[in-house]
Order: sequence, then C-alpha cells, then structure tokens
Amino acid sequence: MEYILIIIAAVFINNVILAQFLGVCPFLGVSNKMSTATGMGLAVLFVITLATIITFLVQTYILEPFGLGYLQTIAFILLIATLVQMIEIILKKASPPLYQSLGIFLPLMSTNCAILGVAILVIQNNLNLLQATTTAAGTGLGFLLAMVIFAGLREQMELQGTPKAMKGAPIAMITTGILALAFMGFAGLV
Amino acid sequence: MSNIATLTRGIIKENPVFVLLLGLCPVLGVTSSAMNGLGMGIATMFVLTLSNVLISILKSQIPDNVRVPAFIVIIASFTTVVQFLMEAYTPELFTQLGVFIPLIVVNCIVLGRAEGFAMKNGVFKSFLDGIGMGLGFTLALTLLGGVREILGAGSIFDWKFIPGDGILIFILAPGAFIALGFLIAIINQLQRKKT
Repeated sequence: MEYILIIIAAVFINNVILAQFLGVCPFLGVSNKMSTATGMGLAVLFVITLATIITFLVQTYILEPFGLGYLQTIAFILLIATLVQMIEIILKKASPPLYQSLGIFLPLMSTNCAILGVAILVIQNNLNLLQATTTAAGTGLGFLLAMVIFAGLREQMELQGTPKAMKGAPIAMITTGILALAFMGFAGLV
Repeated sequence: MSNIATLTRGIIKENPVFVLLLGLCPVLGVTSSAMNGLGMGIATMFVLTLSNVLISILKSQIPDNVRVPAFIVIIASFTTVVQFLMEAYTPELFTQLGVFIPLIVVNCIVLGRAEGFAMKNGVFKSFLDGIGMGLGFTLALTLLGGVREILGAGSIFDWKFIPGDGILIFILAPGAFIALGFLIAIINQLQRKKT
C-alpha cells in the first residue's frame, strides 16, 4: 500500500513538471507531436528508474562509507551520462526496434534535470532503496502523463487562432499553467 | 565582435531565458520571490563565468571527442564550490533554492555557452560572455520573481507595499508558468514593434 501511495503522490500530487518544475526543457521542446512525446516520456521513465537505482547504490556503498559526500554532484552527473551512453550501446545491439523508437531521445537524457533532480531528492529525503526506486518510477510515469496530455493539447492548439505575440512558447507556458492548476486539485488525495 | 557587444548581447538581444528559452527549470522553480530569483541568478552567473574562463584556457588541451564529459566535470566542480559557499554564507537562501543549486550542472545555458562560445574564443571574451549571459539570466529571474512577488504577495524584496494577501496563485506552481508565458509574450510584442 505504501508503494501505491508513493506512486500516486509522484504522478499526481508532486508531478515532476507541473509541481516541481524539473524537466521543463524537454517538456516544451519535444511535445509538438504525440508520437515523439510518448517516446520521450518512455525513455525518461526507463532512464530515471535505472539512474536512481545506480546513483542510490553508489551513494550508500561508495560515497558515504568513504566520506566523499561532497563529490555527490560530480559523481551523479558522470554516472548518469555514462549510464545513458551504455543504454544506447546496449539497446543498439540487443533490441534494434526499441532503439529505433527511443534512441534519438537518449542523448538528451544526461542534461535532463528531472533525472539528476530525482536522484538527489531521494537521497535528501532519506528513502530506502525500494522507496527510492518506486519514487523514481512514479516520477517517470508523471513525466509521461504530463507529456502525453500536453502533446494532445498542443496538437489542438496548432489549429487555433492565437494572437501573434502569444504563438509558440508563451501560449504553451500559459496552457501548462492551467494544466498545473488542474493538477493542484489532486492535492489532499493522499 | 567588439568586447562591449559580447558583454551586452546576453542581457537583452540574446537573453537566455526570454529569447533563447534555455534553462527554464530553475527559472520557474525558484522565482517565487525576487530575492530567490536574484540569488539563483548570481549563483548561475558565478558558475557560468568561471567555467567559461577555465574551458577557454583549456580548450587546446581538451580532446574533441571527450569534450562534453570534460565540460560536465568542470561545470560540476564549480557547482559544488557554489553549493558549499552558499551553504556556509547564505544558509537561508540555500534552503530556499534547495535542489536547484546542484542542478546548475544540467542548466543548458552553462553547457551551451561552453560548447558554443568558450571553446572557440579567447579567455577574456569568454569571461565577458559569461558575465553578460549571467547578467541576462539574473535579470530574467529577478524580473519574473519580482512580478510573481508583487502579484502574489504584494511585496518586493520582502518590502510589503500592498496590504492583504495578493493573488496567491502567482506564488504557487501554476502562476510561474502563467507569469512567464505573459512576460515572453510581452517581450515578443515589443520586439515585433521594433522591427
């Protein structure tokens, strides 16, 4: 039950984009089409979960016992960059169809602040490994959900007569704001 | 390009936030007040300038095919320095900004300037570019923070001049998106008029 609550909280209440503002760049960048938005969302879900497990293990078994806590930022970003590179190489060999659909999004992962953000936050919140993994997966799901909803809205928005100055980024921002407002309704769910 | 143009370009014409739309996560995340915006802006400017300078000093030493990891290590080191400086000297601001301080590492502006400018230009120019882009970023964050603080709390830099509660939504998450959307729209409109 505890883990279901963690997932619900991460997806709806503390949605990574709409409430925590992590990963806004890819959210605005690749949400033009439903298919790319889904691909990006799935890639984030996959990488965020793996990255959190690995950074968590490194923090608990290497950085903390040796008193290297101050290296956290450097170690994490390097781990994430390496992990992304490895996933890319493995996917290319092991599963070409999956690589075809997710491959182009992978290089963008290492500078996605949602991934580093969650890795740091689960350490700051003193979670255990299972809770951390669940939080990461929930965050990834939340990202996917926000991406898909927003891509749907954006496809509709293309057809509307928006004032010239509002075209593109401004109207996208305001729509996101209204979406965030709707998601605030979930507060108090858990 | 002259030195002055290098310095001023980032402030308005190529403002990283309003024009290039880079590094939006901290822009939205920390600007619930003008003070937070200013603090985050200065922290980013510090990392941006120092990493620009160091990268441009080392540019002939960094092999081309591992340059991105090299940049990331340099940027991450300066970010860690800022993190500890802020924890020691401005603990209150440090708590307020939270996870966004270590996230300077993945700020696209810093990596973008390293790759796009410092790798190709001299030390002094890269320094000016870092300062200019940093100022533009700080300006954008302070402006957005100011707007949100005035609308949401009726105060600016903690100086309250409108009694009562204000429009609370602008302090909360949705207000960040809405305020930034309108600010960008206003700037678009001003630029369209000019041309």
